[in-house]
Formats: sequence, C-alpha cells, structure tokens
Amino acid sequence: MSAGIDLDNVCCDFGTFRAVDHVNVSIQPGEFFSFLGPSGCGKTTILRMISGFIEPSAGMIRIGGADMKGKRPNQRPTALIFQNLALFPLMPVWENISFGLEVRGVDKAKRRSRAEELLALVDLPDAADKMISQLSGGQKQRVAIARALAVEPAVMLLDEPLSALDLKLRQHMRAELRAIQKRTGVTFIYITHDQGEALAMSDRVGVMSQGKLQQVANPRDIYNNPVNGFVASFVGENNILSGEVQNAGGGMASYVTPIGTFRARLGEQQQAGGKKLYFRPEHVELGDVPGAANTIPVTVFAVAFEGSFISLQAKAENGTVLVAELRNDGSATVPAVGTALHMTFDAERCAILPDTSTAGEAVDA
Amino acid sequence: MHDLLRRYGRGLTSAFVLLTAFWLLILLILPNLTLFESSFRPYLPVVDVGGPKDVYSFGNYMQIFGNTVDATIFGITFPIAVRVKVFLLTILYSGVVTIITFVMAYPLAYYLAKIVAPKSLPTLFLLLFVPLWVSEVLRSFAWFIILTLKGPLNAVLMATGIIDHEIRWIAGFSPVLIGLVYTYVLFMVFPLFNAMQSLDSNQIEAAEDLGSPWWRTHWRVILPHAKPGIASGAVMVFMLSAGSLLVPSLLGSTTSGWFTQTIQSIMLESQDWNTGAAFAFMLLIVCTLVVSLAMRLFRVKLSDIAK
Repeated sequence: MSAGIDLDNVCCDFGTFRAVDHVNVSIQPGEFFSFLGPSGCGKTTILRMISGFIEPSAGMIRIGGADMKGKRPNQRPTALIFQNLALFPLMPVWENISFGLEVRGVDKAKRRSRAEELLALVDLPDAADKMISQLSGGQKQRVAIARALAVEPAVMLLDEPLSALDLKLRQHMRAELRAIQKRTGVTFIYITHDQGEALAMSDRVGVMSQGKLQQVANPRDIYNNPVNGFVASFVGENNILSGEVQNAGGGMASYVTPIGTFRARLGEQQQAGGKKLYFRPEHVELGDVPGAANTIPVTVFAVAFEGSFISLQAKAENGTVLVAELRNDGSATVPAVGTALHMTFDAERCAILPDTSTAGEAVDA
Repeated sequence: MHDLLRRYGRGLTSAFVLLTAFWLLILLILPNLTLFESSFRPYLPVVDVGGPKDVYSFGNYMQIFGNTVDATIFGITFPIAVRVKVFLLTILYSGVVTIITFVMAYPLAYYLAKIVAPKSLPTLFLLLFVPLWVSEVLRSFAWFIILTLKGPLNAVLMATGIIDHEIRWIAGFSPVLIGLVYTYVLFMVFPLFNAMQSLDSNQIEAAEDLGSPWWRTHWRVILPHAKPGIASGAVMVFMLSAGSLLVPSLLGSTTSGWFTQTIQSIMLESQDWNTGAAFAFMLLIVCTLVVSLAMRLFRVKLSDIAK
C-alpha cells in the first residue's frame, strides 16, 4: 500500500524566519521523489512536517487524501529514516526491526519471523541477533530501512541517510534503495543536498532554495532544462555570462555580452528581472579556429585531470573565467596551460534564464 | 606518574602524591581499620585493656540478637530481636526512600534533559541548588515545623478543605521518609539527568515515528539508556539514607527507630565504642550486599556506574 502526498501552500516559520515558503507539490503514490537543495533551504523542515514532528505554520499536508493537521508522528502512515539512523543500540537487530510491530501488539514469534523476512529483503540475513554496534555502516543502513519498512508505511521519508557512507558504498546503496522502492512500491520522499543521488534515484526531483520550491521535474529536465539560474548552477556546473537580451522570438534570442553576441534558447519561465546566459562545460567544444557561431576566444590557464574527464579553466579577453570539460577517451590530448583556443557552444544547448542569485518565485507543480 | 613528573616537576608531584596518600591512608583507611579492630574486642574497664580478658571474639556482633520482642507481618506474629527489627526496617525504609526519590526524580530529570530549552537550564539548576546553601540541620528543622500538628501543612490543608481535622504527620516513619526524600532527591536527579542527556533525541523521535506511545518509548528506549544513571543515583540515595543520623534524629517519632540512632546511643550514651563499631560495620556490610544484589538483579556493572 502506498499513498500520495499533497503539499498545499505549506509554510513554516521559525520566529521571523520563514524556513518553508508556500510549497505546492503533489507526489504520486509509489513515486520516488527527492527534495534537492543546499543546507538550510528548508528541505529537512518539509520532511519533518510530513512526518509530524513540526506543524506547518500555514497550508495543508494531505497523505492519501487525508488532512494530517494535528496528527502526531505515531498516528501518521509515514516512516522516517533519520540522517544518523537513530537505531536503538540496546536492542538486538531483530528487536530494532520489529519495534514498530511490538508497539502494535504483534506477538513475539510473528515479530521475529517478520524481522527475518525483512532482513532477507534488505539482503542482510543472519544478522537478527547481532547488536547494532557490531554492524558496519552499510549494514546499519539496511537495518534502518528494514525497521522503517516493518510498519508497512504508505510513505517512507529519508533524511540524507547515505551521507555518512563512503563513496563506493553510497553508490551501491543508491541502487539498493531504488530497488527496494520498486519492490515494495512504497512512496519514497528523499532529502538530499547531493545532486548525484537525487538525479540517479528519483522519478522526480524538487529543487529548493531559501524555502521555495524552484523547479519540480524529472531528473533529465532538471539537468537539461533548468527553469532559472539557481537550478542551472546548483545542479551540475554552468558557465555564466552577463549581458542583454535582444531580438527575442520563436523561443530563441540573441544575448549581447562584452565578449560577443550569442544565440541561445530563451527559458520557458521568463519574468522581469536580470537574465543571464548559462552553458554547461561538457557542452563546450574546443578548437584552434573560430566556430561558425557562439565562439569565444580564450587562453587556457589551468588544467585538472579528473579521471573520466579533463577540466580546463580558461580566460576570455576581458578576464571572464570559463570552464570546459573534455571527455577522457584514453587518447585525448590535453591542451597546455597558456594555449590560445576557441570555445564553441551550440545555441540549442545554452539558455537564457532568470538570474536567481536572489532566489526566484515559487513554482507550482 | 611519569607524566606528572614531567609536567609539574619533582616538588609539586610529591606534594600531590603525599596529599593523596595522607587522605587515603590517614583519613580513610586508618580510622576504619582501628574501628574494625576494636569491634572484635570486648568493652572493658581501662585497667583491663590489654589484660587477659582483652581477647578477640564475635561477642559484640552477637549483641544485636539480644532483647527479643514480638513482631507481626501479614498477621503472623513471631519473636524478633529488637535491634534486628530496627536494622531490617532501616534497610527496608531506605529502599522505600530510594524508590520514592526515583519516581520523583525521573520526570524532573527527563524534563531538564530533553524538554526544557538549553538556555534556561542554568536558571533551573540554580533553583535546584539554592536549598543546598542552607545547612541540612536547618532544613530538617524546617520540615519539623511544616509537619507539626498546628503547622503550616495542616493549616493549608484545613483551609482548603481537603481535610477536616489535623493529621498527626510526625508519627511512625513518614516524617523520616519525607525528610530523607527531600534531603537526597538531588542525588538521584543529577545522575539521571546526565544519563538522559547523553541519549540521542532522534531515538526518542524514531520510537514515536514507529508508532510508539510515550510510555512505551520511556520503557523501551529512555529507561534502558538511563539505567546506569538510575543505578548510581539509587546507590547514593540508598547508602546515604541508611547512614543518615540527622534526619531520623530530628524528624523521627518514638516508633521510628533508625539503626544509626542505635549505633549513636551505644557509642555516645553507653560509651561502648566496641559494640558501636561492630554495629556500624554490620550496617556497612549489609548495605553493600543489598546494593550488589540489586545491581546484579538489574544487570548493571560497577563500570557502568563509574561512567
């Protein structure tokens, strides 16, 4: 059983500080939804409001259509996985997992067998009688997931549960979490500041900044079609140029900057205010001769070998720093520092977006 | 030792070591050894001390079994030595004091450790400490005044109509229990507070999130975590209560004999230090046994308490 969640104009104030500002989103039953944003953007507050530890200052939260106002965490069909997991160190693994069942008055034999089923589900058999302190980080993770699943929640809430793990294990657990979510069909709401996690696991991602939901879309659209400058620069890298929009029409426009005039897509959501040109380092082509259009002459001043790609930092004539990434196909020649080159980027792959260094308006989704 | 020498030099280091040794050997071990030794010797006129009658025996310890009276428990009447009765009641009521202090201290410690905003903690601690600035004698006297027949407690209860005739509070063991609980409750609050403060609040929230009602969260998560604190608080309150002389002397009634009062009367009124020492050691040994038994029962190790 899984349930959808509707956040309807949800706000949360701490004193005079508005941590969550008119968030509207409908999360589908069985969806893997991530809230992505820098620390302090309000994503954890949203999670705590859904789980019931904080009451919204305004707005409504519905789970499976039912208004959750006034419902305590122990009355909601949600299960929260804490950032530090919050396993009970004085109980063996199986009692941890079956704690939610114990609360519901399930008898001991049934609890034990259910705990073992869940341990098998999270791929951790034979751990039932171990103590929490005997487990590794990844194993604790699995126990926390099993403990949350034991109460058969309609919604699982995950508060950056992978942040304490090392890189390899984190990547493994991503796939694992995704698989468990597919197997159980439970709605997952995942909180993270790690764009890699959000993009790799989610059906949809909601990008947040300063309490406002900036964009809600599937991972590809978040990355390829960001709606504003915040999303463009928070998710992935972007080169940013400042200038003026001219000749807008047919979804395209010219953008006049001190280092040249470029053709670019005009972002879908355009409101008044400053606009900037964004293009991704991996979409840049480097050449010895100028390209047909959208070309900037630059001088390389730093090269970083990153393994799967090579990152080049270069300066334009007026000192603007631009970054290009070259895929390392094993035989790529790396330009030396000081080399003069031309950076070319495709008009279809760069966008003129509202500049939201001061976060933009909330979006509805 | 090597570290101390390097850090403080020869002079300071030997001062530390000698002072510690003085405290341990001269102030702690020596007096106890002297009492222990004399507890096995008979109480003799000065001329006979060191003479042929001055031999070691358990005679002083056996004196506890003198003077039999009848006692009744659950309708069964049986003869019991009057001092044994006082001794057992002292142990029993010290246990009762320990349980009452725990019941009172647990909610307070939980409130201080997990609910109250950390910035108001210093004020609350100050409020808890203020009574300690007044001497124990005065505080016990204050309770005597509060509990007297025409005292403020009865006056308030009569005025509010809760009772219609004055209650004789100073009777039996109740004033002693009230006084002991009042005097020693903080010795339970602070170890409990320390233990609870070290509990990750997320665990409490996790239990609640899994559907646990508040009482089950306390029973399964908070109480087990606080167990070492409970144990050290209980040991302190129990030992201090069983060894308290002041409170039973000031607040006691004619029917509330405390074993420390027995020891006092033997030592000071009969001037029989030998028997007094024997009784004091019996109290110490039995209290230690009760504590270790309780610790085994609740599966607490000494090292947990020391934490």
